[in-house]
Amino acid sequence: MDSVSGAPQPALSMKPLREPVHMEKTTAQPSEQSIRLDITDLNFFYGQKQAVFGLNLKIPTHKVTALIGPSGCGKSTFLRTLNRMNETIRNTRVEGQVLLDGQEIHAMDVVGLRRKVGMVFQRPNPFPKSIFENVAYGLRINGYTGRLDELVEKSLRRAALWEEVKDVLKRSAFALSGGQQQRLCIARALAVDPEVLLLDEPCSALDPVTTAKIEELMFHLKDSCTMAIVTHNMQQAARASDFTAFMLDGKLIEHSVTSKLFTTPTDPRTEAYITGRFG
Amino acid sequence: MSEPRIMWRKAVNNVMLTLTGVAAFGVVCVLFLILGYLLLNGGTSLNLNFFTQLPKPVGETGGGMANAIVGSLKLLLLAALMGLPVGLLAGVYLAEFGGKTFSFVVRYTTDLLNGVPSIVIGIFAYALVVLPVKHFSALAGGVALGIMVIPITVRSTEEFLRGVPNSMREAAMALGASKWKTIVTVVLPAASGGILTGMLLALARVAGETAPLLFTAFGNRYWGQGWGQPIASLPVMIYTYAISPYDDWHRQAWAAGLVLLLLVLLSNLGARFILAKSKAV
Repeated sequence: MDSVSGAPQPALSMKPLREPVHMEKTTAQPSEQSIRLDITDLNFFYGQKQAVFGLNLKIPTHKVTALIGPSGCGKSTFLRTLNRMNETIRNTRVEGQVLLDGQEIHAMDVVGLRRKVGMVFQRPNPFPKSIFENVAYGLRINGYTGRLDELVEKSLRRAALWEEVKDVLKRSAFALSGGQQQRLCIARALAVDPEVLLLDEPCSALDPVTTAKIEELMFHLKDSCTMAIVTHNMQQAARASDFTAFMLDGKLIEHSVTSKLFTTPTDPRTEAYITGRFG
Repeated sequence: MSEPRIMWRKAVNNVMLTLTGVAAFGVVCVLFLILGYLLLNGGTSLNLNFFTQLPKPVGETGGGMANAIVGSLKLLLLAALMGLPVGLLAGVYLAEFGGKTFSFVVRYTTDLLNGVPSIVIGIFAYALVVLPVKHFSALAGGVALGIMVIPITVRSTEEFLRGVPNSMREAAMALGASKWKTIVTVVLPAASGGILTGMLLALARVAGETAPLLFTAFGNRYWGQGWGQPIASLPVMIYTYAISPYDDWHRQAWAAGLVLLLLVLLSNLGARFILAKSKAV
Protein backbone atom coordinates (compact mmCIF):
# COMPACT_ATOMS: atom_id res chain seq x y z
CA MET A 1 0.00 0.00 0.00
CA ASP A 2 1.36 3.34 -0.98
CA SER A 3 1.71 5.61 2.02
CA VAL A 4 0.60 8.65 0.02
CA SER A 5 -2.84 7.32 -0.85
CA GLY A 6 -3.55 6.79 2.82
CA ALA A 7 -2.38 10.25 3.79
CA PRO A 8 -4.95 12.64 5.28
CA GLN A 9 -6.63 15.19 3.07
CA PRO A 10 -4.39 18.19 2.50
CA ALA A 11 -5.15 20.87 5.04
CA LEU A 12 -5.49 23.52 2.35
CA SER A 13 -8.00 21.86 0.11
CA MET A 14 -11.56 22.93 0.65
CA LYS A 15 -14.58 20.68 0.55
CA PRO A 16 -14.34 18.82 -2.75
CA LEU A 17 -16.78 20.08 -5.37
CA ARG A 18 -16.98 16.71 -7.03
CA GLU A 19 -15.75 13.19 -6.52
CA PRO A 20 -12.07 13.52 -5.65
CA VAL A 21 -9.58 12.24 -8.17
CA HIS A 22 -8.76 8.64 -7.45
CA MET A 23 -5.32 8.83 -6.00
CA GLU A 24 -4.48 5.19 -6.65
CA LYS A 25 -4.37 5.98 -10.33
CA THR A 26 -2.19 9.03 -10.04
CA THR A 27 0.28 8.08 -7.37
CA ALA A 28 2.66 6.87 -10.05
CA GLN A 29 5.48 9.31 -10.64
CA PRO A 30 5.13 11.52 -13.74
CA SER A 31 8.00 9.74 -15.41
CA GLU A 32 6.12 6.44 -15.44
CA GLN A 33 3.13 7.89 -17.27
CA SER A 34 2.84 8.39 -20.98
CA ILE A 35 4.33 11.82 -21.51
CA ARG A 36 2.78 14.41 -23.82
CA LEU A 37 5.18 17.30 -23.23
CA ASP A 38 8.78 16.70 -22.24
CA ILE A 39 10.70 19.82 -21.30
CA THR A 40 14.48 19.66 -20.89
CA ASP A 41 16.87 22.39 -19.70
CA LEU A 42 14.56 25.22 -20.66
CA ASN A 43 15.92 28.75 -20.30
CA PHE A 44 13.98 31.85 -21.22
CA PHE A 45 15.16 35.43 -21.54
CA TYR A 46 13.40 38.80 -21.81
CA GLY A 47 16.29 40.72 -23.36
CA GLN A 48 19.11 40.38 -20.83
CA LYS A 49 16.84 39.29 -18.01
CA GLN A 50 16.46 35.56 -17.54
CA ALA A 51 12.97 34.49 -16.46
CA VAL A 52 13.16 30.69 -16.58
CA PHE A 53 16.24 28.77 -15.41
CA GLY A 54 17.13 25.26 -16.56
CA LEU A 55 13.63 23.89 -16.18
CA ASN A 56 12.97 20.15 -16.57
CA LEU A 57 9.39 18.92 -16.50
CA LYS A 58 7.34 16.09 -17.93
CA ILE A 59 3.65 16.76 -18.50
CA PRO A 60 1.74 13.47 -18.56
CA THR A 61 -0.95 12.68 -21.09
CA HIS A 62 -4.63 13.14 -20.14
CA LYS A 63 -3.77 14.62 -16.78
CA VAL A 64 -3.97 18.10 -15.33
CA THR A 65 -0.64 19.56 -14.31
CA ALA A 66 -0.83 22.67 -12.16
CA LEU A 67 1.93 25.28 -12.01
CA ILE A 68 1.97 27.21 -8.76
CA GLY A 69 4.28 29.81 -7.33
CA PRO A 70 4.36 33.44 -6.24
CA SER A 71 3.80 36.30 -8.69
CA GLY A 72 6.67 36.83 -11.09
CA CYS A 73 8.12 33.36 -10.57
CA GLY A 74 7.98 32.71 -14.31
CA LYS A 75 5.11 30.24 -14.38
CA SER A 76 3.11 32.15 -16.99
CA THR A 77 6.24 32.78 -19.03
CA PHE A 78 7.01 29.08 -18.90
CA LEU A 79 3.47 28.15 -19.95
CA ARG A 80 3.67 30.52 -22.90
CA THR A 81 6.86 28.88 -24.16
CA LEU A 82 4.88 25.67 -24.65
CA ASN A 83 2.89 27.08 -27.60
CA ARG A 84 5.61 29.58 -28.49
CA MET A 85 3.37 32.54 -27.66
CA ASN A 86 6.39 34.35 -26.24
CA GLU A 87 7.74 34.68 -29.75
CA THR A 88 5.24 37.47 -30.30
CA ILE A 89 7.14 39.57 -27.75
CA ARG A 90 10.20 41.40 -29.01
CA ASN A 91 13.70 40.67 -27.72
CA THR A 92 12.94 37.32 -26.19
CA ARG A 93 15.05 34.19 -26.46
CA VAL A 94 14.43 30.58 -25.57
CA GLU A 95 16.97 27.79 -25.03
CA GLY A 96 16.47 24.11 -24.39
CA GLN A 97 14.23 21.37 -25.61
CA VAL A 98 10.46 20.98 -25.59
CA LEU A 99 9.16 17.74 -27.06
CA LEU A 100 5.49 17.33 -27.95
CA ASP A 101 4.92 13.60 -28.44
CA GLY A 102 8.62 13.29 -29.17
CA GLN A 103 8.72 16.17 -31.65
CA GLU A 104 10.77 19.29 -30.95
CA ILE A 105 8.25 22.17 -30.97
CA HIS A 106 10.79 24.77 -32.06
CA ALA A 107 11.32 22.81 -35.26
CA MET A 108 7.59 22.61 -35.92
CA ASP A 109 5.50 25.01 -37.97
CA VAL A 110 4.15 27.44 -35.40
CA VAL A 111 0.63 27.36 -36.86
CA GLY A 112 0.54 23.57 -36.60
CA LEU A 113 1.92 23.70 -33.08
CA ARG A 114 -0.72 26.13 -31.88
CA ARG A 115 -3.43 23.95 -33.38
CA LYS A 116 -2.19 21.11 -31.23
CA VAL A 117 -1.50 23.23 -28.17
CA GLY A 118 -4.43 25.53 -27.44
CA MET A 119 -4.48 28.30 -24.89
CA VAL A 120 -6.97 29.99 -22.57
CA PHE A 121 -5.96 33.32 -21.11
CA GLN A 122 -6.28 35.04 -17.79
CA ARG A 123 -9.05 37.39 -18.81
CA PRO A 124 -11.81 36.17 -21.09
CA ASN A 125 -10.89 37.54 -24.50
CA PRO A 126 -13.66 36.73 -26.96
CA PHE A 127 -13.51 38.40 -30.36
CA PRO A 128 -16.03 41.17 -31.06
CA LYS A 129 -18.00 38.71 -33.16
CA SER A 130 -21.01 36.49 -32.60
CA ILE A 131 -20.84 33.49 -30.28
CA PHE A 132 -20.91 31.19 -33.30
CA GLU A 133 -18.14 33.05 -35.11
CA ASN A 134 -15.96 33.01 -32.03
CA VAL A 135 -16.01 29.23 -31.89
CA ALA A 136 -15.77 28.87 -35.66
CA TYR A 137 -12.78 31.22 -35.90
CA GLY A 138 -10.08 28.61 -35.38
CA LEU A 139 -11.74 26.31 -37.90
CA ARG A 140 -12.11 29.04 -40.49
CA ILE A 141 -8.52 30.26 -40.35
CA ASN A 142 -7.30 26.70 -40.55
CA GLY A 143 -9.21 26.27 -43.77
CA TYR A 144 -11.75 23.80 -42.42
CA THR A 145 -14.37 23.20 -45.10
CA GLY A 146 -16.73 20.73 -43.43
CA ARG A 147 -19.91 21.47 -41.51
CA LEU A 148 -19.09 24.28 -39.16
CA ASP A 149 -22.30 24.19 -37.12
CA GLU A 150 -21.79 20.59 -36.01
CA LEU A 151 -18.30 21.29 -34.76
CA VAL A 152 -19.36 24.54 -33.12
CA GLU A 153 -22.11 22.70 -31.26
CA LYS A 154 -19.73 19.93 -30.24
CA SER A 155 -17.16 22.40 -28.94
CA LEU A 156 -19.76 24.39 -27.01
CA ARG A 157 -21.05 21.14 -25.49
CA ARG A 158 -17.53 20.15 -24.46
CA ALA A 159 -17.17 23.54 -22.79
CA ALA A 160 -20.52 23.04 -21.01
CA LEU A 161 -21.92 26.18 -22.59
CA TRP A 162 -24.25 24.79 -25.26
CA GLU A 163 -27.43 24.72 -23.20
CA GLU A 164 -26.97 28.37 -22.23
CA VAL A 165 -26.25 29.77 -25.68
CA LYS A 166 -27.88 27.43 -28.21
CA ASP A 167 -30.68 29.93 -28.93
CA VAL A 168 -28.49 33.02 -29.11
CA LEU A 169 -25.58 31.87 -31.26
CA LYS A 170 -25.85 34.97 -33.44
CA ARG A 171 -25.62 37.34 -30.51
CA SER A 172 -22.40 39.20 -29.73
CA ALA A 173 -20.03 37.30 -27.46
CA PHE A 174 -19.73 40.44 -25.35
CA ALA A 175 -23.32 39.97 -24.21
CA LEU A 176 -22.28 36.91 -22.20
CA SER A 177 -21.25 37.04 -18.55
CA GLY A 178 -17.57 36.79 -17.61
CA GLY A 179 -17.79 33.10 -16.77
CA GLN A 180 -19.70 32.33 -19.96
CA GLN A 181 -17.12 34.30 -21.94
CA GLN A 182 -14.33 32.25 -20.42
CA ARG A 183 -16.12 28.99 -21.27
CA LEU A 184 -16.65 30.40 -24.77
CA CYS A 185 -12.90 30.96 -24.99
CA ILE A 186 -12.39 27.34 -23.90
CA ALA A 187 -14.88 26.20 -26.57
CA ARG A 188 -13.02 28.31 -29.12
CA ALA A 189 -9.75 26.64 -28.16
CA LEU A 190 -11.37 23.18 -28.21
CA ALA A 191 -12.87 23.66 -31.67
CA VAL A 192 -9.59 22.86 -33.40
CA ASP A 193 -9.33 19.73 -31.23
CA PRO A 194 -6.01 20.42 -29.48
CA GLU A 195 -4.01 17.69 -27.78
CA VAL A 196 -2.88 20.05 -25.06
CA LEU A 197 -4.76 22.91 -23.45
CA LEU A 198 -2.74 25.57 -21.65
CA LEU A 199 -4.71 27.56 -19.10
CA ASP A 200 -3.10 30.75 -17.84
CA GLU A 201 -4.93 31.59 -14.60
CA PRO A 202 -8.28 31.01 -16.30
CA CYS A 203 -10.32 31.71 -13.17
CA SER A 204 -8.54 34.71 -11.72
CA ALA A 205 -11.18 37.09 -13.08
CA LEU A 206 -14.14 34.88 -12.13
CA ASP A 207 -16.32 34.37 -9.08
CA PRO A 208 -16.21 31.12 -7.04
CA VAL A 209 -19.34 29.58 -8.61
CA THR A 210 -18.05 30.11 -12.11
CA THR A 211 -14.63 28.91 -11.05
CA ALA A 212 -16.20 25.66 -9.83
CA LYS A 213 -17.85 25.24 -13.23
CA ILE A 214 -14.55 25.63 -15.03
CA GLU A 215 -12.83 23.16 -12.71
CA GLU A 216 -15.62 20.69 -13.31
CA LEU A 217 -15.17 21.22 -17.02
CA MET A 218 -11.44 20.56 -16.76
CA PHE A 219 -12.19 17.29 -15.00
CA HIS A 220 -14.34 16.13 -17.92
CA LEU A 221 -11.90 17.35 -20.53
CA LYS A 222 -9.18 15.08 -19.20
CA ASP A 223 -10.52 12.22 -21.32
CA SER A 224 -9.56 14.01 -24.50
CA CYS A 225 -7.03 16.62 -23.53
CA THR A 226 -3.82 17.11 -21.62
CA MET A 227 -3.94 20.25 -19.54
CA ALA A 228 -1.43 22.55 -17.89
CA ILE A 229 -2.86 25.24 -15.67
CA VAL A 230 -1.11 28.19 -14.10
CA THR A 231 -2.87 29.27 -10.95
CA HIS A 232 -2.39 31.64 -8.08
CA ASN A 233 -4.94 29.75 -6.12
CA MET A 234 -3.42 26.83 -4.22
CA GLN A 235 -6.81 25.39 -3.35
CA GLN A 236 -7.56 25.29 -7.04
CA ALA A 237 -4.36 23.41 -7.75
CA ALA A 238 -5.16 20.99 -4.94
CA ARG A 239 -8.72 20.45 -6.18
CA ALA A 240 -8.30 20.36 -9.91
CA SER A 241 -4.92 18.91 -10.73
CA ASP A 242 -3.27 15.49 -10.76
CA PHE A 243 0.27 16.79 -10.65
CA THR A 244 1.62 20.02 -9.29
CA ALA A 245 4.83 21.83 -10.05
CA PHE A 246 6.05 24.55 -7.70
CA MET A 247 8.16 27.31 -9.23
CA LEU A 248 10.18 30.00 -7.52
CA ASP A 249 12.34 32.69 -9.11
CA GLY A 250 12.20 31.02 -12.51
CA LYS A 251 13.26 27.61 -11.22
CA LEU A 252 11.27 24.45 -10.75
CA ILE A 253 11.55 23.61 -7.05
CA GLU A 254 9.36 20.57 -6.74
CA HIS A 255 7.12 18.48 -8.94
CA SER A 256 5.03 15.55 -7.82
CA VAL A 257 1.57 14.11 -7.46
CA THR A 258 -0.69 16.88 -6.22
CA SER A 259 -1.74 15.12 -3.02
CA LYS A 260 1.87 14.45 -2.12
CA LEU A 261 3.07 17.97 -2.86
CA PHE A 262 0.40 19.48 -0.66
CA THR A 263 0.78 17.03 2.23
CA THR A 264 4.40 15.97 2.33
CA PRO A 265 6.47 18.40 0.31
CA THR A 266 10.16 17.50 0.23
CA ASP A 267 11.56 20.99 -0.23
CA PRO A 268 11.31 23.44 2.70
CA ARG A 269 10.53 26.28 0.24
CA THR A 270 7.53 24.39 -1.10
CA GLU A 271 6.30 23.84 2.40
CA ALA A 272 6.80 27.50 3.24
CA TYR A 273 4.79 28.52 0.19
CA ILE A 274 1.88 26.11 0.55
CA THR A 275 1.52 26.91 4.21
CA GLY A 276 1.27 30.58 3.32
CA ARG A 277 4.51 31.84 4.76
CA PHE A 278 5.23 33.84 1.61
CA GLY A 279 3.86 34.50 -1.85
CA MET B 1 -9.09 81.03 8.30
CA SER B 2 -9.92 84.71 8.21
CA GLU B 3 -13.15 85.93 6.65
CA PRO B 4 -11.57 88.17 3.92
CA ARG B 5 -9.43 85.30 2.62
CA ILE B 6 -12.48 83.08 2.17
CA MET B 7 -14.30 85.91 0.41
CA TRP B 8 -11.29 86.43 -1.86
CA ARG B 9 -11.15 82.74 -2.73
CA LYS B 10 -14.81 82.64 -3.54
CA ALA B 11 -14.48 85.72 -5.71
CA VAL B 12 -11.54 84.27 -7.65
CA ASN B 13 -13.46 81.04 -8.08
CA ASN B 14 -16.46 82.85 -9.48
CA VAL B 15 -14.40 85.00 -11.83
CA MET B 16 -12.55 81.99 -13.25
CA LEU B 17 -15.76 79.98 -13.61
CA THR B 18 -17.30 82.87 -15.52
CA LEU B 19 -14.24 83.32 -17.75
CA THR B 20 -13.99 79.63 -18.71
CA GLY B 21 -17.76 79.43 -19.16
CA VAL B 22 -17.82 82.46 -21.46
CA ALA B 23 -14.97 81.02 -23.55
CA ALA B 24 -16.77 77.69 -23.82
CA PHE B 25 -19.99 79.43 -24.80
CA GLY B 26 -18.07 81.51 -27.35
CA VAL B 27 -16.83 78.35 -29.05
CA VAL B 28 -20.39 77.16 -29.54
CA CYS B 29 -21.50 80.61 -30.65
CA VAL B 30 -18.93 80.84 -33.44
CA LEU B 31 -20.35 77.83 -35.26
CA PHE B 32 -23.94 78.94 -34.79
CA LEU B 33 -23.13 82.49 -35.88
CA ILE B 34 -21.52 81.18 -39.07
CA LEU B 35 -24.41 78.82 -39.68
CA GLY B 36 -26.98 81.54 -38.99
CA TYR B 37 -25.20 84.05 -41.21
CA LEU B 38 -25.01 81.53 -44.03
CA LEU B 39 -28.67 80.62 -43.61
CA LEU B 40 -29.65 84.29 -43.64
CA ASN B 41 -27.64 85.17 -46.72
CA GLY B 42 -27.54 81.91 -48.61
CA GLY B 43 -30.79 80.30 -47.55
CA THR B 44 -32.85 82.73 -49.63
CA SER B 45 -30.96 82.00 -52.86
CA LEU B 46 -31.02 78.29 -52.28
CA ASN B 47 -33.58 76.69 -54.57
CA LEU B 48 -33.96 73.65 -56.77
CA ASN B 49 -32.17 75.41 -59.64
CA PHE B 50 -29.08 75.72 -57.49
CA PHE B 51 -28.78 71.92 -57.36
CA THR B 52 -29.85 71.16 -60.95
CA GLN B 53 -28.62 73.94 -63.24
CA LEU B 54 -25.27 75.07 -64.58
CA PRO B 55 -23.99 78.57 -63.83
CA LYS B 56 -25.52 81.25 -66.09
CA PRO B 57 -23.23 83.42 -68.25
CA VAL B 58 -22.05 86.70 -66.76
CA GLY B 59 -24.86 89.25 -66.69
CA GLU B 60 -27.72 86.77 -66.49
CA THR B 61 -29.27 86.08 -63.11
CA GLY B 62 -30.29 82.65 -61.81
CA GLY B 63 -28.67 79.36 -62.68
CA GLY B 64 -27.09 76.95 -60.22
CA MET B 65 -23.99 75.07 -59.25
CA ALA B 66 -24.88 71.49 -60.11
CA ASN B 67 -21.50 71.04 -61.80
CA ALA B 68 -19.63 72.28 -58.71
CA ILE B 69 -21.51 69.96 -56.36
CA VAL B 70 -20.83 66.95 -58.58
CA GLY B 71 -17.27 68.19 -59.14
CA SER B 72 -16.58 68.39 -55.42
CA LEU B 73 -17.90 64.86 -54.96
CA LYS B 74 -15.72 63.62 -57.85
CA LEU B 75 -12.64 65.28 -56.36
CA LEU B 76 -13.40 63.69 -52.99
CA LEU B 77 -13.78 60.31 -54.66
CA LEU B 78 -10.34 60.71 -56.24
CA ALA B 79 -8.87 61.84 -52.94
CA ALA B 80 -10.44 58.86 -51.19
CA LEU B 81 -9.15 56.40 -53.79
CA MET B 82 -5.63 57.78 -53.61
CA GLY B 83 -5.28 58.82 -49.97
CA LEU B 84 -7.32 56.37 -47.91
CA PRO B 85 -5.58 53.08 -48.89
CA VAL B 86 -2.13 54.57 -48.30
CA GLY B 87 -3.23 56.09 -45.02
CA LEU B 88 -4.88 52.88 -43.88
CA LEU B 89 -1.93 50.64 -44.70
CA ALA B 90 0.60 53.04 -43.18
CA GLY B 91 -1.55 53.23 -40.05
CA VAL B 92 -1.63 49.43 -39.85
CA TYR B 93 2.15 49.39 -40.21
CA LEU B 94 2.64 51.89 -37.40
CA ALA B 95 0.26 50.15 -35.01
CA GLU B 96 1.06 46.51 -35.77
CA PHE B 97 4.50 46.10 -37.31
CA GLY B 98 6.61 49.21 -36.83
CA GLY B 99 9.95 49.10 -35.06
CA LYS B 100 11.13 51.97 -32.93
CA THR B 101 13.26 54.23 -35.11
CA PHE B 102 11.46 53.95 -38.43
CA SER B 103 8.05 54.31 -36.77
CA PHE B 104 9.24 57.44 -35.01
CA VAL B 105 10.38 58.89 -38.34
CA VAL B 106 7.11 57.98 -40.05
CA ARG B 107 4.99 59.39 -37.22
CA TYR B 108 6.99 62.61 -37.12
CA THR B 109 6.85 63.00 -40.90
CA THR B 110 3.12 62.39 -40.87
CA ASP B 111 2.62 65.16 -38.34
CA LEU B 112 4.79 67.46 -40.43
CA LEU B 113 2.85 66.58 -43.58
CA ASN B 114 -0.35 67.36 -41.71
CA GLY B 115 1.05 70.79 -40.95
CA VAL B 116 2.16 71.62 -44.49
CA PRO B 117 0.07 74.58 -45.73
CA SER B 118 -2.51 73.36 -48.21
CA ILE B 119 -1.36 75.83 -50.85
CA VAL B 120 2.10 74.26 -50.78
CA ILE B 121 0.54 70.86 -51.39
CA GLY B 122 -1.33 72.51 -54.27
CA ILE B 123 1.95 73.69 -55.78
CA PHE B 124 3.36 70.20 -55.40
CA ALA B 125 0.39 68.65 -57.22
CA TYR B 126 0.69 71.39 -59.84
CA ALA B 127 4.33 70.52 -60.49
CA LEU B 128 3.64 66.80 -60.41
CA VAL B 129 0.48 66.51 -62.51
CA VAL B 130 -0.38 69.83 -64.20
CA LEU B 131 2.99 70.91 -65.61
CA PRO B 132 3.85 67.66 -67.46
CA VAL B 133 0.56 67.70 -69.40
CA LYS B 134 0.33 71.49 -69.55
CA HIS B 135 -3.30 71.76 -68.43
CA PHE B 136 -5.36 71.71 -65.26
CA SER B 137 -7.27 68.57 -64.45
CA ALA B 138 -9.62 66.92 -61.96
CA LEU B 139 -6.88 64.34 -61.48
CA ALA B 140 -4.46 67.02 -60.24
CA GLY B 141 -7.05 68.28 -57.76
CA GLY B 142 -7.64 64.74 -56.58
CA VAL B 143 -3.91 64.22 -56.06
CA ALA B 144 -3.66 67.40 -53.98
CA LEU B 145 -6.62 66.46 -51.78
CA GLY B 146 -5.48 62.82 -51.63
CA ILE B 147 -2.13 63.88 -50.18
CA MET B 148 -3.91 65.91 -47.53
CA VAL B 149 -6.11 62.93 -46.59
CA ILE B 150 -3.12 60.66 -45.91
CA PRO B 151 -1.71 62.06 -42.64
CA ILE B 152 -5.11 62.35 -40.97
CA THR B 153 -6.02 58.79 -41.95
CA VAL B 154 -2.66 57.39 -40.82
CA ARG B 155 -2.88 58.82 -37.34
CA SER B 156 -6.55 58.05 -36.74
CA THR B 157 -6.12 54.48 -38.04
CA GLU B 158 -3.11 53.97 -35.78
CA GLU B 159 -4.98 55.35 -32.77
CA PHE B 160 -7.98 53.09 -33.23
CA LEU B 161 -5.86 49.99 -33.91
CA ARG B 162 -3.91 50.66 -30.71
CA GLY B 163 -7.23 50.73 -28.91
CA VAL B 164 -7.80 47.06 -29.74
CA PRO B 165 -6.74 45.06 -26.67
CA ASN B 166 -3.63 42.96 -27.14
CA SER B 167 -5.44 39.99 -25.64
CA MET B 168 -7.46 39.73 -28.86
CA ARG B 169 -4.32 39.48 -30.97
CA GLU B 170 -3.01 36.81 -28.60
CA ALA B 171 -6.27 34.89 -28.78
CA ALA B 172 -6.12 34.77 -32.57
CA MET B 173 -2.46 33.84 -32.70
CA ALA B 174 -2.94 31.13 -30.06
CA LEU B 175 -5.45 29.58 -32.46
CA GLY B 176 -2.79 29.42 -35.14
CA ALA B 177 -3.52 32.62 -37.06
CA SER B 178 -0.53 34.31 -38.67
CA LYS B 179 0.13 37.92 -37.83
CA TRP B 180 -1.41 39.22 -41.03
CA LYS B 181 -4.42 36.96 -40.68
CA THR B 182 -4.86 38.18 -37.10
CA ILE B 183 -4.85 41.77 -38.31
CA VAL B 184 -7.29 41.15 -41.15
CA THR B 185 -9.74 38.87 -39.34
CA VAL B 186 -9.69 40.26 -35.81
CA VAL B 187 -7.90 43.57 -35.30
CA LEU B 188 -9.20 45.52 -38.29
CA PRO B 189 -12.83 44.39 -37.84
CA ALA B 190 -12.63 45.30 -34.15
CA ALA B 191 -11.43 48.80 -35.03
CA SER B 192 -13.44 49.21 -38.25
CA GLY B 193 -15.96 51.68 -36.82
CA GLY B 194 -13.26 53.98 -35.57
CA ILE B 195 -11.17 53.69 -38.71
CA LEU B 196 -14.18 54.48 -40.91
CA THR B 197 -14.97 57.49 -38.74
CA GLY B 198 -11.42 58.75 -39.10
CA MET B 199 -11.64 58.39 -42.87
CA LEU B 200 -14.93 60.27 -43.06
CA LEU B 201 -13.52 63.07 -40.93
CA ALA B 202 -10.43 63.23 -43.13
CA LEU B 203 -12.60 63.59 -46.24
CA ALA B 204 -14.81 66.18 -44.53
CA ARG B 205 -11.68 68.08 -43.60
CA VAL B 206 -10.43 68.36 -47.20
CA ALA B 207 -13.88 68.89 -48.72
CA GLY B 208 -13.62 72.59 -47.94
CA GLU B 209 -10.06 73.09 -49.18
CA THR B 210 -9.78 75.85 -51.77
CA ALA B 211 -6.13 76.78 -52.11
CA PRO B 212 -4.80 73.47 -53.45
CA LEU B 213 -7.60 73.36 -56.05
CA LEU B 214 -7.04 76.85 -57.46
CA PHE B 215 -4.20 75.76 -59.74
CA THR B 216 -4.88 72.04 -59.98
CA ALA B 217 -8.59 71.36 -60.59
CA PHE B 218 -8.87 75.06 -61.51
CA GLY B 219 -12.61 75.35 -62.05
CA ASN B 220 -15.11 75.02 -64.83
CA ARG B 221 -18.35 76.79 -65.66
CA TYR B 222 -19.66 73.71 -67.46
CA TRP B 223 -19.78 69.99 -66.82
CA GLY B 224 -16.22 68.68 -66.83
CA GLN B 225 -14.94 66.78 -69.85
CA GLY B 226 -13.61 63.83 -67.88
CA TRP B 227 -10.89 63.25 -65.30
CA GLY B 228 -8.16 64.85 -67.41
CA GLN B 229 -9.93 68.21 -67.76
CA PRO B 230 -10.51 71.11 -65.35
CA ILE B 231 -13.43 70.57 -63.01
CA ALA B 232 -15.62 72.83 -60.88
CA SER B 233 -15.72 72.53 -57.13
CA LEU B 234 -17.77 74.26 -54.43
CA PRO B 235 -14.90 75.97 -52.58
CA VAL B 236 -13.36 77.41 -55.75
CA MET B 237 -16.81 78.46 -56.93
CA ILE B 238 -17.37 80.29 -53.64
CA TYR B 239 -14.02 82.03 -54.04
CA THR B 240 -14.71 83.10 -57.64
CA TYR B 241 -18.26 84.26 -56.95
CA ALA B 242 -17.43 86.05 -53.71
CA ILE B 243 -14.77 88.30 -55.28
CA SER B 244 -16.94 89.08 -58.32
CA PRO B 245 -18.71 92.46 -58.61
CA TYR B 246 -22.21 90.98 -59.12
CA ASP B 247 -24.84 90.89 -56.35
CA ASP B 248 -26.47 87.76 -57.74
CA TRP B 249 -23.13 85.92 -57.67
CA HIS B 250 -22.58 87.03 -54.08
CA ARG B 251 -25.91 85.48 -53.10
CA GLN B 252 -24.99 82.27 -54.88
CA ALA B 253 -21.62 82.22 -53.11
CA TRP B 254 -23.47 82.36 -49.78
CA ALA B 255 -25.72 79.53 -50.90
CA ALA B 256 -22.71 77.45 -51.97
CA GLY B 257 -21.09 78.14 -48.60
CA LEU B 258 -24.21 76.89 -46.86
CA VAL B 259 -24.33 73.71 -48.94
CA LEU B 260 -20.65 73.01 -48.32
CA LEU B 261 -20.98 73.55 -44.57
CA LEU B 262 -24.04 71.32 -44.40
CA LEU B 263 -22.19 68.58 -46.31
CA VAL B 264 -19.30 68.73 -43.86
CA LEU B 265 -21.63 68.79 -40.84
CA LEU B 266 -23.56 65.84 -42.20
CA SER B 267 -20.45 63.74 -42.73
CA ASN B 268 -19.33 64.65 -39.20
CA LEU B 269 -22.66 63.49 -37.82
CA GLY B 270 -22.44 60.35 -39.94
CA ALA B 271 -18.98 59.65 -38.58
CA ARG B 272 -20.17 60.03 -35.01
CA PHE B 273 -23.11 57.78 -35.71
CA ILE B 274 -20.85 55.04 -37.11
CA LEU B 275 -18.53 55.31 -34.12
CA ALA B 276 -21.37 55.16 -31.60
CA LYS B 277 -22.87 52.16 -33.36
CA SER B 278 -19.58 50.27 -33.54
CA LYS B 279 -18.98 50.83 -29.83
CA ALA B 280 -22.36 49.35 -28.98
CA VAL B 281 -21.39 45.90 -30.37
